[in-house]
Amino acid sequence: MSIRLTSGGRLIDRSAPIDFTFNGKHLRGFAGDTLASALLANGQMLVGRSFKYHRPRGIVASGAEEPNALVNLGQGARAEPNQRATTTELFDGLQARSQNHWPSLEFDVGVLNNYAARLLPGGFYYKTFIHPRAAWKHLFEPIIRQTAGLGAAPKDRDADRYEQVYAFCDLLVVGGGVAGLHAALVAARAGARVWLVEQSAHWGGRAPVDGDMIDALPAADWVNATVAELAGMANVTLRARTMAAGVYDHGYVLLDERLADHTPGDGRPRHRLWRMRAARIIAATGAIERPLSFAGNDVPGVMLASALRDYLVNWAVSPGQRTVVVTNNDDAYRTAIALHQAGQTVVAVIDARDQADGALPAQARALGIRVETGKAIARVKGGKHVTGVEVCRQTGDGTISRFLACNAVAMSGGWSPVVHLYSHCGGKLIWDEAGAMFRPDAAHPPITQDGSAMVIGAGAANGALREAIADADAQVRIALKAVGIKPKKSAVPRQDLPDEAALQPVWIMPQAAGVGLRAKVWLDYQNDVKVSDVQLAAREGYGSVEHAKRYTTLGMATDQGKISNINGLAVLAEALNEPVPQVGTTTFRPPYTPVPLGALAGEARGEIFQPLRKTPMDGWHAAQGATFEPVGLWRRPYCYPRPGETPRQAVAREVKNTRQALGLLDASTLGKIIVKGPDAGRFLDMLYTNVMSSLPVGRCRYGLMCNEQGFLSDDGVMARIDDDTWLCHTTSGGADRIHGWMEDWLQCEWWDWQVFTANVTEHYAQIAVVGPNARKLLERLGGMEVSQDALPFMAWADGSLAGFGCRVYRISFSGELSYEIAVPASQGAAFWQACHDAGASLGAMPYGTEALHVMRAEKGFIMIGDETDGTVTPQDLGLDWAVSKKKADFLGKRGQERSHLTSPDRWKLVGFETLDGSVIPEGAYVIAQGSNANGQRHVQGRVTSTYRSPTLGRGIAMGLLLRGPERMGEVVSFNTVDGSTVQARVVGPVFYDRDGEKQNV
Amino acid sequence: MSDAISLMTEAGSDGFAKVRQIGPLGMITLRAKAGTKGLRAAVKAATGCALPDQRQIITSGDCAAGWMSPDETLLILPHAGVAAALRRIDHDLKGQHHLAVDVSDARAVFRIEGPKADQVLRKLCPVDFDRLEPGELRRTRAAQVAAAFWKDDSGFSLMCFRSVAGYVGDLLHVSAQPGSEL
Amino acid sequence: MLLLICPYCGVAAEETELAPGGEAHLKRFGPGSSDAEFEAYLFARKNPKGVHFERWRHAYGCGKWFLAARCTATLEVFGTYPAQTSGPPDDIIDRIKARRPDWKGFA
Ligand SMILES: [Zn+2]
Repeated sequence: MSIRLTSGGRLIDRSAPIDFTFNGKHLRGFAGDTLASALLANGQMLVGRSFKYHRPRGIVASGAEEPNALVNLGQGARAEPNQRATTTELFDGLQARSQNHWPSLEFDVGVLNNYAARLLPGGFYYKTFIHPRAAWKHLFEPIIRQTAGLGAAPKDRDADRYEQVYAFCDLLVVGGGVAGLHAALVAARAGARVWLVEQSAHWGGRAPVDGDMIDALPAADWVNATVAELAGMANVTLRARTMAAGVYDHGYVLLDERLADHTPGDGRPRHRLWRMRAARIIAATGAIERPLSFAGNDVPGVMLASALRDYLVNWAVSPGQRTVVVTNNDDAYRTAIALHQAGQTVVAVIDARDQADGALPAQARALGIRVETGKAIARVKGGKHVTGVEVCRQTGDGTISRFLACNAVAMSGGWSPVVHLYSHCGGKLIWDEAGAMFRPDAAHPPITQDGSAMVIGAGAANGALREAIADADAQVRIALKAVGIKPKKSAVPRQDLPDEAALQPVWIMPQAAGVGLRAKVWLDYQNDVKVSDVQLAAREGYGSVEHAKRYTTLGMATDQGKISNINGLAVLAEALNEPVPQVGTTTFRPPYTPVPLGALAGEARGEIFQPLRKTPMDGWHAAQGATFEPVGLWRRPYCYPRPGETPRQAVAREVKNTRQALGLLDASTLGKIIVKGPDAGRFLDMLYTNVMSSLPVGRCRYGLMCNEQGFLSDDGVMARIDDDTWLCHTTSGGADRIHGWMEDWLQCEWWDWQVFTANVTEHYAQIAVVGPNARKLLERLGGMEVSQDALPFMAWADGSLAGFGCRVYRISFSGELSYEIAVPASQGAAFWQACHDAGASLGAMPYGTEALHVMRAEKGFIMIGDETDGTVTPQDLGLDWAVSKKKADFLGKRGQERSHLTSPDRWKLVGFETLDGSVIPEGAYVIAQGSNANGQRHVQGRVTSTYRSPTLGRGIAMGLLLRGPERMGEVVSFNTVDGSTVQARVVGPVFYDRDGEKQNV
Repeated sequence: MSDAISLMTEAGSDGFAKVRQIGPLGMITLRAKAGTKGLRAAVKAATGCALPDQRQIITSGDCAAGWMSPDETLLILPHAGVAAALRRIDHDLKGQHHLAVDVSDARAVFRIEGPKADQVLRKLCPVDFDRLEPGELRRTRAAQVAAAFWKDDSGFSLMCFRSVAGYVGDLLHVSAQPGSEL
Repeated sequence: MLLLICPYCGVAAEETELAPGGEAHLKRFGPGSSDAEFEAYLFARKNPKGVHFERWRHAYGCGKWFLAARCTATLEVFGTYPAQTSGPPDDIIDRIKARRPDWKGFA
């Protein structure tokens, strides 16, 4: 039973008790506790169940590497699954629930999987995903879904807020241990802009726990002094609780700062994601201890030796009063010594090496601790907690030499440098034979924009497990020089460390463990991957490390294999009879530990999830209860339903009213680009398929733009303003794109042409005044001549209406008498209101985009994005009249000459009239005879615009049909989703006022 | 009637920096290649400011001239003075290839003030504020839209397109929320 | 995420402030060109692993297009330069040769 000791605990404040619950049970800890230390202090060793076999699982580690102690934290709008108890700081009222068990943590039905392990071998998921499909869907998945899974997904909207911030520095030091602190200090004293981040709430890393001396000071004192100096420097930013999640190209690093995880609801953002751009990155991320692979190494009470030491020293928690230490190195003796000094019983140190004569083993022996060399643990006894270990020879097959009763096991298989940040952007690793570990290969670092090393390892993360400060000193000087900062000469702080003898790699314990033991040796605790699974993968041919990973799911759990990967690789290497470096590692990918989705979204949620563009009249539309639709990022009124009206009824009314009286449309979103200069006409002739240079001043002309492929890209009405100035109207969504397109050609191809452009779209509010009463309204507003003679169809004029300075275009997209009036945007709402006021007795009504669409379809006008999809030419749409045959060149001309575009077998624009008057479903295809190899019906055309025409009282449509214009009068069949067909007659695309008389009155 | 300028909603603020929308300001986009004869004089006449260098904004009373690109200058002046300024520019640059156009109503301008005003923008713009030069006009993005800002003694002026004024106003307020100081 | 210096305004712009424009220094073929020339203009791209020349627009900045010489494998940037040129300038070529002695040169 784990307990809190009556004294000690460098991080806890015994005068500040904290109440929390675990599975509804009321428990008490202290300020400074993590959830893990508080659970252990309350004797709660069992904290969860494993993913596949639902084996009882206890706390193994003390930090970010923890694979087992995952809990559901909080509830309702603050529920968060899969939170590591080891990195969760305790706060008053914390509510945690264990996960992945049913009905209870103590009694779990899913544990039956454990007894059915024979049926769920390694590769089970892999194989059943492949075949037989039916078995997966109908047999395995339903069973597994019942019992598997991690935490419960939160159901409520997240109550917290998150934010992102951009930051920049010369040197980002990741890791607030002694190596990182020293590196930051050297850089800071040299005047560099330094950031130092530490994932935990505490500075100093392991050194204060291990009792190191630095420059004759206890490590904790040295840490405090260094942090104090750094904190006092203006060029230094210190951030604890900040995890470097990933390193990306050119020094971009995501830092996840946990602001209020431990103070929920205090008004601060819960997390803040720093989007850091660092000229250089020092990865002083330390090292993670590896488990040893012996049977029953997953029984609660078996912990990493360093973690057990952490609990003891930092939180005064003793996970077991009788502990067996098992190791292949000297470092674990620190745990034995610490236990002894805290008055706990060390039953024995089981050392796999034949000799243990270093300073630490000597010290342990001197304290009276029994040390057994050349020994191994054959098997841990116990179910929900350790009751003892069976000891055997490391070199043997597991023949038991004795039984040792104990209730905790501290294991150490050596250390693995945390090389994640070094590896994210392609830094290479080398295998360090002496330390049996992968460490950064300084000859092959990740590269930044100047071609030099972007990330530099320092301290334990660089493989310098012992002389971390000296290594950090050397590395930070390299980093500073690379960014042109000269470090000051200074002595390297001296770390007084006992000598340590070499570790002996031990990948399976005992060395010749039989199959019975190997099947109980856990590598990946969270995903239940055993030594036997990796060996099976190797036998079945999954020899590549990436294949073996996916086959066994080793390292694929939420901990991403921080403690299991190297052991797994070594077992795979052994099974393949290859050296470890040849097998290599799997790819390290960000994030280092999970980042909340909320932090990745930052401010982009709710109302500001994305920009919403509003016209100057938007407030009026909203007040009228308009139904909006998105057009690009704009919101435009779709229609203006009146009380009791459906949107469809509103659209019909708006169309009829516009055709019979007067409609007003907010057309402000229309793109408006000014093109000016001596070469503007020549430029526009290249851009548009027809001739624009010949347009007289004061007149308008409809034009088409194509890409170099010859496909239609945009359309709009051009107005010639003066001798060297044109104003191009683009589609609503197209203004920025077309402006960029113009600038591209002007800057990159015809840079000697004298042309300037300006996108003035948003400077103007534009109102379409449409219908038989349009001219009457303008006359009522008064101020300029708008008669057919003064302002004929396709002309424009500057003037004023009702006192508003304006430009009036006589253009029509509806087929009716129509004026489009542009006023400065700041006067748009007032002018819009003036039109409604003056037009009330003329039957003025606003109409929305749907009425606009219906009316343009009735007139057979094409719409970019409906009739076009990037594969349609003007000729396909019968717009040959707008494509110049005389011009030597224009963008798209050469493309349109390609054989398949000139073929008579193109799908071309026609109109369709259903025989029964119904509306052809959107997206419907014209079916042809026969079907293709996939059994899909051959098609010969498709509908592009389809509406119910209130004017004609029936369905109308435009579409593309194979040789369409040659087939007038033919009846074709459209498919529908329900399998039936709709018959329609091929007709011309103009359904209303074929001669265009109404717009020209 | 024609002076019925619709002000966008005045935004209050209770955040750690004061955020409000100002304007409308008069703004002219003046495009002309560097070295265009009369350009210097035209800018001076319209704003009282010298021609700004790369990324520079020069202010003079209510007016300013900002470097937008190698061949674009932004002229800021009182809204009512735009038409006269345009006439003056066209006169000064007669015969020279240029484009001067009123963009006053295409823009919205915000003021972000207070000792921590920069923190509001650090959350929105991928810009190294520590290295911002005095009198620098920085074109960038604010979250998902184009923006430009410059700094003076009491804070920042930030301009964006008119259609996204609501979005940008909300962004600024969210970023300035109390409790989220950096 | 790339960081490129806009040669017009001198800003070190991050990728989110830029719009990509594909391969640089393409020669336009219009009416009168052969099918092979036109096909190459429209579709044939070098897509090298190594030294590459690209178009970028400082879309959220000065709005200008510029060109970048970059290693597609290591993301090392050899330099950026204005777009008004049909080939990379000498100083850029020299810098690439210094960093990549095996480079075959711009073709
Ligand atoms: Zn630029």
